[in-house]
Amino acid sequence: MNLTVNGKPATIAEGTPVSLNHLLEALKVEQREYVTVELNGDIMDRGDFEATTVKDGDSIEFLYFMGGGR
Amino acid sequence: MLEIPREILDAAIAQAQEGFPLEVCGLMGGTVKRVASRYPMTNTDASNEHFMMDPKEQFAAVKAMRAAGEDMLVIYHSHPESPARPSQEDIRLALTPNVCHLIISLENREEPVARAFRITAGVVEAVAIEIM
Repeated sequence: MNLTVNGKPATIAEGTPVSLNHLLEALKVEQREYVTVELNGDIMDRGDFEATTVKDGDSIEFLYFMGGGR
Repeated sequence: MLEIPREILDAAIAQAQEGFPLEVCGLMGGTVKRVASRYPMTNTDASNEHFMMDPKEQFAAVKAMRAAGEDMLVIYHSHPESPARPSQEDIRLALTPNVCHLIISLENREEPVARAFRITAGVVEAVAIEIM
């Protein structure tokens, strides 16, 4: 399956449907609980990461939470 | 070493002054270690003590940087009433790899102080700023 991840081509093995959670795991993204994901231009709710599957040609962007305090 | 054009640093400091007493935040893009662009972000916390960036704005900024051939080099925010050093919360939430964290202190509003740091797995290292 060919994807675009953060603007770069990425290929993951075909097989069972790949959820956003599995994709982040496959990409070795650490501290995934702090990651925001955009799928084909739509920001996804974290609660939907498991139920949402990616398909060939999808574009995925992910960013870490950016915040802090004094 | 982080190289920042004077006008970009001045604009970030002006944003901090204009946003006072709230914390302000933003991103800077560039190549290798030289900043070339600034993206002010909305502090969705609208707080004097915290900041949180709007994800929609974050994605837009990162895509604009990419289109310009730049990388995200800096995450910046202001400390309206505390020194220019990372707080425990700043350190805990420094999750984005390979960026500098620029903190603008308005503890003395007449003399703002900007300092940069790398924060990796809870370890803080000061980064020298060269103003271009």
